[in-house]
Amino acid sequence: MGGSEVVLLDFWPSMFGMRVRVALAEKGIEYEYKEENLPNKSSLLLEMNPINKKIPVLIHNGKPICESCIIVQYIDETWTDKSPLMPSDPYARAQARFWADYVDKKVYDASKKTMTLKGEEQENAKKEFIEILKVLEGQIGDKPYFIGESFGYADIALVTFYCWFYTFETLGNYSIEKECPKLVAWAKRCMQRESVSKTLPDPKKIYDFFLEMRSKLGL
Amino acid sequence: MAVKLLGIWQSPFVLRVKLALSLKGVEYEYIEDDILNKSSMLLQYNPVYKKVPVLVHNGKPMAESLVILEYIDEIWKNHPLLPEDPFQKARSRFWAKFVDDKFVPMIIRMLRITSDQKDNAAKETREILKTLEGSLDPNKPFPEDKSLSFMDIEIVWVGYYTQMLEKMLDVKLLDDENTPLLNTWFRVVLNLQVIKECLPPFDKLVAHYTNFHERHTTVC
Repeated sequence: MGGSEVVLLDFWPSMFGMRVRVALAEKGIEYEYKEENLPNKSSLLLEMNPINKKIPVLIHNGKPICESCIIVQYIDETWTDKSPLMPSDPYARAQARFWADYVDKKVYDASKKTMTLKGEEQENAKKEFIEILKVLEGQIGDKPYFIGESFGYADIALVTFYCWFYTFETLGNYSIEKECPKLVAWAKRCMQRESVSKTLPDPKKIYDFFLEMRSKLGL
Repeated sequence: MAVKLLGIWQSPFVLRVKLALSLKGVEYEYIEDDILNKSSMLLQYNPVYKKVPVLVHNGKPMAESLVILEYIDEIWKNHPLLPEDPFQKARSRFWAKFVDDKFVPMIIRMLRITSDQKDNAAKETREILKTLEGSLDPNKPFPEDKSLSFMDIEIVWVGYYTQMLEKMLDVKLLDDENTPLLNTWFRVVLNLQVIKECLPPFDKLVAHYTNFHERHTTVC
């Protein structure tokens, strides 16, 4: 086989890109990783994702798939020989999709606000963010993972934010573990999986990256 | 009944679910909720968002229209909505997300738009529609009742609600020069029997949102 069948265009600190890396690792798929030097987007990225111009993009046999959750589902539906990422029961699948969608709708924007706002606005943003994490914590409850006994799609959607917790906590001067102990316990459980621990960068590296990015942007 | 749908008549998200159930010939009980006075049933079934649509199947509730659509497609196997091929499936999901991420916030913005911002917003809407036109294959025949798919459900409501915005705000959004294929596609597909039966009445929709717009843009 000449050339790479599977190529991932990504950016190492991106929690969205990490979702795809975790899914590929779960399935044991070999791929070529191409680091995008954001904000200098490559012509390949612009060609493969002309509409949103964002990473991650999975290129499989020359065809692009965009949007991290869509990519994870694609991976699960294409490589079906091992590690199913979705439950088999349709109602459980609907729950997995609902919660991954909730993470997408709520977590990133709320977390970003905690990092960019100041004073009272930041306090409000922190409250909102903790509320969202508490909803997610409530859904996991006493189960090992989001939907039950098996690690899967909804877990992948959220766990990649875990390496960013240190950054959120340091900037906001609070402890997520104190506010949501069961959520952090779940995250640590996920980190026992090689696909997760080998994918998520060191939280201190993420923090250093954030500080560098912030000073470059003059914020 | 085994299948219940909680909705409000004017919601395009509820419309998506109605279309899916209708295409599959699924019998269901429709329950109209009150947006200003949400029922305890809605709050119980969708405590996270407290919004419609909510599908209840054999007592089990689920929310979020795209999640519901995929569930419906997995339970009722006749008239499959999503393609079998994973790449085409990913493509359908991508365009559904595009509509949700770009077009929905634009409608929300338009419903509160003041006259000085109208032209700019209209221009941006036309750009979104131009991108959406890129999802259509000009060599593919237009869908018929029996071939409507997940992507068709996603796109068709955009046409109807854009027409509503045009009437409501007296603004041109569906421009034949800008999106000739999309406009023709809308005209054909909005005329299909199964679609027409599910659409909320146009004049009632215009009146409802005109009233909404006036309430949100009138300075007292």
